[in-house]
Amino acid sequence: MSNRRWVETAGPFLGLLFVSLIFGALVGPRFFHGANLELIARQAAIVCTAALGMTMVIVSGGIDLSVGSVVALTTVVIAVMLRTDASPGAAALAGVGAAAFCGVVNGMLITALRVIPFIVTLGMMILVRGAAKGLADQRRIEAPHTWLNDLLRALDPGSLMVVPGGIWIVAALSLIVVGTLGYTRFGRHLFSIGSNERTARLCGVSVERTKIGVYAACAALAGVAGILQFSKLSVGDPTVADGLELDVIAAVIIGGGSLSGGRGSVAGTLLGACTMAIIATGCSQKGLPNWVQQMVTGAIIVLAVALDRWRTRT
Amino acid sequence: MRGVRKSFGATRAVDGVDVVVAPGEVCGLVGQNGAGKSTLMSILAGALLPDAGRLFIDGQPFHPRHPIDARKAGVAMIYQELSLAPHLAVMENILLGDEPSRAGMVRWAEMRRRASAALQRLGRGDIALDAPAGALSIASQQMVEIARALASGARVLVMDEPTSSLGAEDTRRLFDVIAQLRREGTAIVYISHFIEEVKAIAGRIVVLRDGRNVAELPGDAPAAAIVSSMVGGDVAHLYPRSGRQAGEPLLELQRFGSAEATLTLHRGEIVGIAGLLGSGRTRLLRTLFGLEPVRQGRVRLGAWTGKPHPRSQWRHGMGMLSEDRKGEGLAGGLSIADNLTLSRLEEFGPAPFVSPRRQDAAARNWAERLGIKAAGPRQPVSELSGGNQQKVALARLLHHDVDVLVLDEPTRGIDVGSKAQIYALLDSLVAAANPRPRAVLLVSSYFPELIGLCDRIAVMRKGRLGPPRPSTELTEHQLVMDATGAEDAA
Repeated sequence: MSNRRWVETAGPFLGLLFVSLIFGALVGPRFFHGANLELIARQAAIVCTAALGMTMVIVSGGIDLSVGSVVALTTVVIAVMLRTDASPGAAALAGVGAAAFCGVVNGMLITALRVIPFIVTLGMMILVRGAAKGLADQRRIEAPHTWLNDLLRALDPGSLMVVPGGIWIVAALSLIVVGTLGYTRFGRHLFSIGSNERTARLCGVSVERTKIGVYAACAALAGVAGILQFSKLSVGDPTVADGLELDVIAAVIIGGGSLSGGRGSVAGTLLGACTMAIIATGCSQKGLPNWVQQMVTGAIIVLAVALDRWRTRT
Repeated sequence: MRGVRKSFGATRAVDGVDVVVAPGEVCGLVGQNGAGKSTLMSILAGALLPDAGRLFIDGQPFHPRHPIDARKAGVAMIYQELSLAPHLAVMENILLGDEPSRAGMVRWAEMRRRASAALQRLGRGDIALDAPAGALSIASQQMVEIARALASGARVLVMDEPTSSLGAEDTRRLFDVIAQLRREGTAIVYISHFIEEVKAIAGRIVVLRDGRNVAELPGDAPAAAIVSSMVGGDVAHLYPRSGRQAGEPLLELQRFGSAEATLTLHRGEIVGIAGLLGSGRTRLLRTLFGLEPVRQGRVRLGAWTGKPHPRSQWRHGMGMLSEDRKGEGLAGGLSIADNLTLSRLEEFGPAPFVSPRRQDAAARNWAERLGIKAAGPRQPVSELSGGNQQKVALARLLHHDVDVLVLDEPTRGIDVGSKAQIYALLDSLVAAANPRPRAVLLVSSYFPELIGLCDRIAVMRKGRLGPPRPSTELTEHQLVMDATGAEDAA
């Protein structure tokens, strides 16, 4: 039993190590140079941010399929706001606000209609995508260049920031989510709802409020991921991040989250997202076609779940 | 079964047990939780492989490697935990894995006939064959489970706590069927925590303790003798009773809920609710705690009057223990500390924060005080034995420091040792010697327990709660009469 607990914490880390060593061997030592690692981190930043929220939702026993669409909506809202001469900060805030609103709607539908999260967020995924397209009038929206576009840009040599601002944002948000899950009532309530919702109810946990809160938080984090996405594109694109939700869910699962709820960790999720980013970067640097990357990623997901089964087997 | 051994890691769950059951015999198998009964029977059913020892059926060596082997050899099991497929129809469940078919096509008429025959035999022809099994009450599901074993035509039938969720009427029918099967030459192993039941049905009682045979007694051996060989010592004073002094009313109900319950619970007393399964006891408690919608009436809890809701009930000093330990009472995947403190995380830090270290300290404290055997406060509760799980669930109420404890079947499915500890704990909670005596509302299907523990007992029948009466005026016989409505029929 004890060796299996050990796997629980070390498993995602070993997976990351394994994948890095393989691509390190394939690509050569330049794979581990600072600039390349920064590139990988920038690649992973968007998935990481959205996956922080997804970790909380999956811990509570739910799922949110709408994050990809919410990211797209956020980029459109930011672009529209920038065109109306709003300050970059206000535009970003409006983007996150719109995202969080989608999350509140998700949460209210799930709790009020008692429909399972998969269905509600599947509907919202399509609905929000449509809303983003409508708001953008089916086009990409060009926006003036602001500091928002520098969040994920490679730094000038000798910069004091060490890594781009977007990475710092991911790091700060990660710490906040770690604290929330492990050290707040809200976080402990999420674990209890995910593990056994009836127990949570019996113990006086406000299951409905907590659920609305977690879907709002997840969507707000998807909104922050949308800011990073906008930063990368510098346009509002209603068709961007199509299928992102699956990468995000995969990151949580590789990191040891359980779709039946009650389990998941920020560290695992970040390692999962980085593993996928390493596969993507490594494949492209080795000149491997996209289909290889997809097959490897798919195999890693199945392997992670198989490991999980072995670990929780009694 | 000869010299059967099975170890899990360092634990020898079964350590050289011999059990012999003859055709046409009911062998009672008793022992505390962890004595090895379930492990032994899982080996017989082919779900576990023994480390040593041999099994024989009709004198022939028998090596079940898989449940199918056991079924082919004519061994059928009825498990305590329900194992029905909730979405399948009752009749499909009864013949699951043994569907009558021709060329791969299910013969529905034949299935209907055989399923119906098995239910008729149990006197439960009223259960609809086409209903999804999950829609039935727990008791009816258990009867379907039993019907499945009957339909398989087994020669060796193992029943693991078959009555733990049955009411008196179904239990009586089951016993009739067991008697009939015995006459037909079926060998039956009957496992139960209810000593009276085992005495009533078994010709011979095998007692296991710590994975070994410790005694073999005739079915009419005195209950005290059976219990003492189970626990390995005398159990005097199973139901302790300290001096009690009823104080101010803590909980008042006026024609509350569909039960139209009128009841006053005072500080320093234990009031019991007796009733058969399905009489609405659990529903009343759940309504009282706000877990089910309240049709009518209000609850007065100390100085507070209002509509019940779990959060407000906890806040106003009432805690509830669920009868469904696995499904509701505890979150199995979560740690002891999380389960124990979930209702009251507020005290472990300012506003939104919770300190896991302080949570663990509180859990350690309660584990020590209640004798919860665990590796540590972070061990998942699903890894604990039933008795220890129940102590964790009960410790939640103590940790929350509630005045009114609402307990639904607090000793269901736990070993005698843990039962005795829980009885002693409840008694100490209401004792006049306690600096702040609490009040306990106790539901149990085990009437001797109610009479032993309670000051007053109210009987629930067909969804209505009768007036409470002093337990000194009541006998088990009287309670059964009231609960079944036998006196009305006379």
